[in-house]
Amino acid sequence: MSATAVRRLPPVAEVAVATMVLVIVGGIYLASSLPKQAALGPAVGLLAASGVLLAWNVITLRRLRPFAWATFFLVARWSLVGYIVIAGMLEYVFVRDHVRGSLLAVLTLMLTVYAVNIPLLLGFSVARYQSPAGD
Amino acid sequence: MSTAVSEITHELPLDHLAGPSGGMPRPDFSIVPVRGLPIVGAVLALLVVAIAGNWLWALDLFHVAGGGLWTGIDLFVGLIVGPIIGRLSIPARVEFSTRFMPKMLLLMPTLVTVTLASGFQLALHLGNLRSSYPNHGWIIASFIVVGAMAVIAIGILEPANIAVLFELKKPHPDGELIARLMRRFIYTAGITGLMQIATLVIMSKLAVG
Repeated sequence: MSATAVRRLPPVAEVAVATMVLVIVGGIYLASSLPKQAALGPAVGLLAASGVLLAWNVITLRRLRPFAWATFFLVARWSLVGYIVIAGMLEYVFVRDHVRGSLLAVLTLMLTVYAVNIPLLLGFSVARYQSPAGD
Repeated sequence: MSTAVSEITHELPLDHLAGPSGGMPRPDFSIVPVRGLPIVGAVLALLVVAIAGNWLWALDLFHVAGGGLWTGIDLFVGLIVGPIIGRLSIPARVEFSTRFMPKMLLLMPTLVTVTLASGFQLALHLGNLRSSYPNHGWIIASFIVVGAMAVIAIGILEPANIAVLFELKKPHPDGELIARLMRRFIYTAGITGLMQIATLVIMSKLAVG
C-alpha cells in the first residue's frame, strides 16, 4: 500500500500521545512532592482522564476493519514486554522508597496506563502502514 | 540547526524504492537485535542491585554515565549524523538505517530507564526532592524537560523508527513513506537534541548547587 493511498484512520496515535501527556503530567505532579504526599485530587483527575482516552482508543481500535491485526499484535506484544520491565523498574523504585497507600495505588495505575498505552501506540503506528491482506 | 534540518528534510528521491522495480539490495536485518538483550538485562539487573543496596556511587555512575550518553547521542544523532544521512545516496541511507536503527531501539530505552531511575533515587537520597531544597525549582524544571522529551521520543520518534524498520523489511518498500517517516525521525531527534541542551544547563546548575 502506498503512503499516499493510506486510508484515513481514527486519531488513535494522537489520542495515545494525549494519554501519555496526561500520565506524565500526573507523574511529575506527584513525584515533585515526594517523599511527602501531594494532594491526590489533581492526579486522580489526570489519571481518570487518561483512562477514558485509553478506553476510547481500545474501543476504536476494536472496531477497525480491515486492519493488519497480526502486525499490530506482534509489535504491541513485544513492546508490552519491554514496557512492563520499565514500569516494573519504576514501581520497584516507588515501593523501595516506602511509597504506600493511596499514593502508591495512583502511581501504580498511572504506570499501568503508561505500560498499556505505549504498546498500543507503537502497534498502531506500524500496523497502519501494513496491508491487512498480508496478515 | 534549522538550516541543518531543512537541508536533510527536503523531498527525498526515494520514490524509486516503491513498486516492483524497488528491489535494491538491502542487508538482512533483525528489527530487535537479540544479541543485545542479555547486555540490556545485565545493565538493568545492576541498576536494581544499586537501588536495593543504596549504593550512592553506583547510582551516581548510572546517572552520570547514562545521562551523558543519552544527551550526547541525542545531540550527535540530531545535529551531526542526521545531516550526514541526508546527504548519503539512497542505497547508503537504507543500508545505514537497517544497521543503525535496530541498535537505537535497544540502546535508547535502556539509557533513558537507567538515567531516570538512578537520578530519581539519587535526588531522593540527597534530599534534592524536598521542597525546602534551594534548587527545588530546577529539579521540577528537569522533570518537565524530561517529560516533554519523553512525549516526543516515545510518542513520535520511536513509532517512526519502528515503522521505517517494518517498511524496510517489505519486499517492495514504499520510498515515499520511508522518506516521510525519516523526516519525522530526524526532526524529532533534532528537537530532543536541543532540549538536551536545557538538560545540560539544569544539571550543571544542580551539580554546583
